[in-house]
Amino acid sequence: MNVAVLLKQTPDTESVIRIASDGKSVATDDLKWIVNPYDEFAVEAALRLKEKHGGSVTIISCGPQRVVESIRTALAMGADTGVLIDDPALEGSDSLGVATALAAAVKEVNPDIVLCGSRAVDYDLAQRGPMVAELLGWPHLALAVTIDSDGNTVTIDRPIEGGKVVLESSLPAVVTFGGSHAVWSPRYASLPGIMKAKKKPLAVKKLADLGVDAAEAGTARVRMTSLEMPVQRAAGRVIDGGQDTAGKAVELVRALHEEAKVI
Amino acid sequence: MGKCVCIIAEFRHGAFRRVSYEVASEGKRLADALGIGLCAVAVGSGVAEKAAELGRYAVDKVYAVDDPALENYLAEAYVPAIADVIAGCDPAAVILPASVDGKDLGARLAARLKAGLAQDCTRVVCESGKIKAKRPIFAGKCFGWCEWAEGALPVISCRPNVMDCFAPMEDRKAEVEKVAFSVPETRSRVKSMDLDTSGKVELTEAEIIVSGGRGMKGPENYPMLEELAKLLGAAVGASRAAVDSGWRPHADQVGQTGKVVNPNLYIAVGISGAIQHLAGMGSSKFIVAINKDAEAPIFSKADFGVVEDLFSFVPVFTEEIRKLKSTCS
Repeated sequence: MNVAVLLKQTPDTESVIRIASDGKSVATDDLKWIVNPYDEFAVEAALRLKEKHGGSVTIISCGPQRVVESIRTALAMGADTGVLIDDPALEGSDSLGVATALAAAVKEVNPDIVLCGSRAVDYDLAQRGPMVAELLGWPHLALAVTIDSDGNTVTIDRPIEGGKVVLESSLPAVVTFGGSHAVWSPRYASLPGIMKAKKKPLAVKKLADLGVDAAEAGTARVRMTSLEMPVQRAAGRVIDGGQDTAGKAVELVRALHEEAKVI
Repeated sequence: MGKCVCIIAEFRHGAFRRVSYEVASEGKRLADALGIGLCAVAVGSGVAEKAAELGRYAVDKVYAVDDPALENYLAEAYVPAIADVIAGCDPAAVILPASVDGKDLGARLAARLKAGLAQDCTRVVCESGKIKAKRPIFAGKCFGWCEWAEGALPVISCRPNVMDCFAPMEDRKAEVEKVAFSVPETRSRVKSMDLDTSGKVELTEAEIIVSGGRGMKGPENYPMLEELAKLLGAAVGASRAAVDSGWRPHADQVGQTGKVVNPNLYIAVGISGAIQHLAGMGSSKFIVAINKDAEAPIFSKADFGVVEDLFSFVPVFTEEIRKLKSTCS
């Protein structure tokens, strides 16, 4: 089974976010970059499918040269090849433009299944997977917390509000991943894995190489025009209530009921 | 300029979900600002019978796509149905819930319509006829304002529990038009659906959340929080540390990886407040922190802080809540 994983590089979730001087982007000078955690879950799932069915795992990313490091991380985990779409035209684009580029790369790779995170922890756009599926005309199963395949169909568990749905599709299909580190326990790259990853093929492509019109893919229908920080919360109050535990409990309940009026 | 604002109402098992009314309310505010009407598209099995109800939330006209085969949400079937209606009613904007299914639907719909999608918005405004929407990025560490290019259709999904829902106008009914649609053969299908009927409150839609972290020391201590949550009608959440340790199910995880929540009251118990957790709950309207470490970062976000050992404090606090509830009812 040949698997393609769409992978985005994002700032580490422990990063402090600051607005850049242009007022509409995030300052990137002191950020540490990681593989988007939800895409890391997709890489783990892809490697498990490969272990069961054979075949190969291809990593496909959009972004500047620094993304090579994240693709190499996935290759060190056990993926086989990488494709980076590095084209300045995409900088002015939106999710649909990026999805157009990714869908074109997927067509070239011609996999049986495409996996990616349900969202990225940076801009939380939550659009890439379903958009790629729509552009390819494939079904997609979203927010998987389990995945299984017999080689012809794929089955996932999808949590919804107050419950769970089991979804199934014939292949080819797109699956997007939810869950958490505890659900997927993505493997660490071993030292031999890291050494091998350096020699694995990684192609860098422009939109033109994929037959995508840069003017079209680079046009944004929607864009972020300004950023603002959340309103700072006023300094809180330490509940004292005459020092002892019971006194504090009485005071907290009173304050929540009478002042905050939230209970 | 489109003819109306079109909302997508979410219908599940015979009823509209509350977030549909929030979206209708927000749609009405935008439609008024633009001086146009409000229409809705509703898809589901048995939805046509109930569709007139949306009139109570100011919807003028509902396009109902009703078929037993549309009982459960499936993008492959829902997207073409909704795309057809939208193409027919030429809206100035499409607004839908940023629910689990709504986020999925919105993305696929935007790709089909070549529209611009802003997910999980917390505010929608109209300035001199131009629509702008505000949405959290980095799980709420920052916010971005989205604007649309000339001629691009704005598709806006709204975060549940945020938009003001107005009081229903009891005797108002919407005009309902049943839309003919032949449900396509789909390659994907719902094999089973398992809804929790225990009355457990869903985290992202909860008004109160009681959340426990590493300080809980083990899964055996969570019943203490569950008891408190039950008294408050609250949902129980957990930090990544607690989930990674296997103490709590992943669905309970609050944070940048996990769920972003915005209840009226968030009670953090034994949670130190890692930056990725703060991002996930920082937009809660009121925050209480209970932690024995007075230096824990969670206190910087808390409206009320209690520096106490949780194992001695929570049982006493729970008893006080019980007393309050018994005098109120």
